Amino acid sequence: MFEDLRDLYNATIIERGRRPRHMRRLEEFDATAKGDNPMCGDRVQVWIKYAGDGTIAATGFDARGCEISKAAADLMVEAVAGHSADDTKKLFAAFRTLTQTGSCPGHAEALAPMAPLAAVHEYPSRIKCATLPWHALIAALDDKGATTSE
Amino acid sequence: MNTTSIIPAGISAGISAGDLTSIRAQFPILTQKIRGKDLVFLDSAASAQKPRAVIDAMVGAMETQYANIHRGLHWMSERTTDAYEAARDSAARLLNAADRHEIVFVRNSTEGINLVANSYGRGILKPGQAVVISAMEHHSNIVPWQMLRDAHGTELRIAPITDTGELDMEAYEALFADGKVGLVAITHMSNVLGSYTPAERIVRIAHSHGAKVLLDGSQAVVHRRIDVQALDADFYVFTGHKLYGPTGIGVLYGKRELLEAMPPWMGGGDMISSVTYERSTWAQVPHKFEAGTPAIIEGIGLNAAIKWVESIGYDTIGAHEAALTDHGLARLSAIEGLTVIGRAQDRGGVISFTLDRAHAHDIATLLDRAGIAVRAGHHCAEPLMRRLGLDSTARASFGIYTTTGEIDFLAETLTKVREFFQ
Repeated sequence: MFEDLRDLYNATIIERGRRPRHMRRLEEFDATAKGDNPMCGDRVQVWIKYAGDGTIAATGFDARGCEISKAAADLMVEAVAGHSADDTKKLFAAFRTLTQTGSCPGHAEALAPMAPLAAVHEYPSRIKCATLPWHALIAALDDKGATTSE
Repeated sequence: MNTTSIIPAGISAGISAGDLTSIRAQFPILTQKIRGKDLVFLDSAASAQKPRAVIDAMVGAMETQYANIHRGLHWMSERTTDAYEAARDSAARLLNAADRHEIVFVRNSTEGINLVANSYGRGILKPGQAVVISAMEHHSNIVPWQMLRDAHGTELRIAPITDTGELDMEAYEALFADGKVGLVAITHMSNVLGSYTPAERIVRIAHSHGAKVLLDGSQAVVHRRIDVQALDADFYVFTGHKLYGPTGIGVLYGKRELLEAMPPWMGGGDMISSVTYERSTWAQVPHKFEAGTPAIIEGIGLNAAIKWVESIGYDTIGAHEAALTDHGLARLSAIEGLTVIGRAQDRGGVISFTLDRAHAHDIATLLDRAGIAVRAGHHCAEPLMRRLGLDSTARASFGIYTTTGEIDFLAETLTKVREFFQ
């Protein structure tokens, strides 16, 4: 009955949603922020540790939410590793395009870790699940402390 | 699955299959296909679908009988005023109010509660007095009282619930011990747990301690006959769109002597008796609380909705929905890994649940693929979710048009959802 939903709930999303590899609080961190989606109750907190040159050395997160939001957070950690704050914001813009259209011309390689979420564009009510951890990450980069996906 | 296959014959004590087919035929939207599948609408607690009678009344008013009301001296205005004011009579009849002037039209239940918080709260309650709400309120019956607390210095007290999802009456009564409680604002039926609250006892206890009571009937009025005089409720709110009527119109019932003692909340046209730059005087109740051009077409729609509900009758509605709820609880509880949230004895057609293998949002996305509409999330009741130790639930809620066949289809589909996430 649901086989056509395997584009959204593909093997990577199921695996990362269920057993995230990076879901941990960083013991030492330089920035953190919380994100919540007030419409549905999803919550995420992101911690960032910077390298000496200001790029992202490590990211950790804690999330309470659906498979999509947890998998998106877990894949995001890999996508942003080693990037500067400016580059990360460009990646987020590209990821938003991916979630809205299914592709992100010019950024496909840099965003390769997020590719398993491409099908979310066919499920408009779930796009915010995928972008919530990114909103929290950007808020941490900007030292804003908290944000929402609204 | 076609429309007839989800309506097995002779299904409930309350309604025959033929009558249910005829009721369903009055809801044009139920013939819609969702990605080629029949719509199975199990989200009526969020907003109910509209019968032809409501749609026709609203369209008919706009096509044949529309002008602004309460002020025109022409035929169209007079006829429209009559049609709109007829809704007040219907709402008074629905709630068994003693007097049509006790019916104040508002946009929705939320606005009705805000009106009481701002008018009765700021105008009558004194700083230091307490407002009691319960641990299973919708945000609409929490936030206005927090705002009143912060602006006016009232205290906010929370009456706890038991693990079965019922109001803890002993703890509720204990909240009155210091004599500070001036107002109780409690749901008549939880939008998450489906529990009814014992409204008569709630009111009796509050009155014995000198406190007034507002009941939030947003859910209850859809399923049960309400008699504000028998309940002795001081205020009662409900919204039109959950009662098969339009959005943008709701009702605040208030005892006349209370409404008369209360200051107006919003100022403007329609709510005044006279205006000079020095001072204005207020119109009589209920118009004192109805500033500006109201939701005229929606009021006419609400009138049609109330008459439609009366034509079905609460005995039929109650019996059908009790059968649906029993059936739903039995079918869903039998699903491995599924937990029904809330086990109140006295409950209506709202069933919240969690599934061990899937988050509520993921459940909702899969059910949607099968044409089934449910709600998933915190249901605008975050404090209740925390009390239950949950972030979100999925919720199936029933209306008069719901069939046991639809519930069977939900149960079968949930079993497949669980298999999908194995």
